[in-house]
Amino acid sequence: MANGSGRPLSPHLQVYKFEWTMALSITHRITGVGLAVGTLLLTWWLVAAAAGPESFARAQKFIGSGLGLLLMFGWTWALFYHLAAGIRHLVWDAGYSFELKEAELGGKIVAGASLGLTILAWIIGLAVW
Amino acid sequence: MVEFNLPANSKVGVGKTINAANGAKRAKSFKIYRWTPDDGQNPRVDTYIVDLDKFGPMVLDAIIYIKNNIDSTLTFRRSCREGICGSCAMNIDGLNTLACLKAIEDIKGDVKIYPLPHMPVVKDLVPDLKHIYAQLASIKPWLQTQSPAPSRERLQSPEDRAKLDGLYECILCFCCSTSCPSYWWNGDRYLGPSILLQAYRWIVDSRDEMTGERLDNLEDPFRLYRCHTIMNCTKACPKGLNPAKAIAEIKKLMVQRR
Repeated sequence: MANGSGRPLSPHLQVYKFEWTMALSITHRITGVGLAVGTLLLTWWLVAAAAGPESFARAQKFIGSGLGLLLMFGWTWALFYHLAAGIRHLVWDAGYSFELKEAELGGKIVAGASLGLTILAWIIGLAVW
Repeated sequence: MVEFNLPANSKVGVGKTINAANGAKRAKSFKIYRWTPDDGQNPRVDTYIVDLDKFGPMVLDAIIYIKNNIDSTLTFRRSCREGICGSCAMNIDGLNTLACLKAIEDIKGDVKIYPLPHMPVVKDLVPDLKHIYAQLASIKPWLQTQSPAPSRERLQSPEDRAKLDGLYECILCFCCSTSCPSYWWNGDRYLGPSILLQAYRWIVDSRDEMTGERLDNLEDPFRLYRCHTIMNCTKACPKGLNPAKAIAEIKKLMVQRR
């Protein structure tokens, strides 16, 4: 906060203990940004499909490459994390799960569900590929 | 505004080390944030190595011992030494709490003490609370009525009185508000958990007759809705209260009255 008094600002992020509460919250925001970027990849793929076989083959080649698959995997996880954390926010907005133990459990469920759903989606995806 | 780094005048340097624990069986280092307006220097962290057998079990006992016996310039607020006044709120071992309620033996390694985070510093561990007090005044933390004053007290049923439990116990130490990243980045406009818990304490009071006006005052993208349920507030509260829950109740009332 600018205070114009010449007083220093006390340390904040530099000294505050990084806890699961903060970690889950900032991950929700980061995955939200990641999803927006991932949508660009999806858009490119769709535009390439509309532009013709050559450009579609190029997009397919990139997405099928090691880097492309890694990005897709990250994007899938971001999608499921953001979804699960969004549902957690819905529960909060309804007034539930505010006791520290419940909130902690909710966080674990979100983390677990996002990983589980990601792996499941990839098993199904790779099986039909 | 989000600013991860400290301004140039706030960067913390390394200060002096004073060993006052010669021959101590139980020596412990206290690393304490220091800043004085008098010398034009940046803040620094001084280290005091002290003998735990010389004073009581709480962090407040340690810093009172340091002030009385080692360095009288060490400045901090304290009064009741039993968690009821809220004066000795500070950041100890990375978390905001009251120094009088924090046992030294619960801290592994050196005891690191900083002022409440992201606040202008008056001196050492004393933050400037002018702005947050102004925010408190803005929610009018007193009973407001329109009906004529009765000849006796305004009565309240036991059920209505019970709604104030978990709210009236707040001692305004501001451990919660200064633990909140949303308050760090938007504290100029966001009211923060402590002030919103106070606001809810009056909104939910059955004797108060200005509930609508109180909600109107909070209906704002910043004043209320900068809360993203990070839950640092509830984790920090030395009185075991739940500001995050109080804020959620206000948000619910906003929807219900549409």
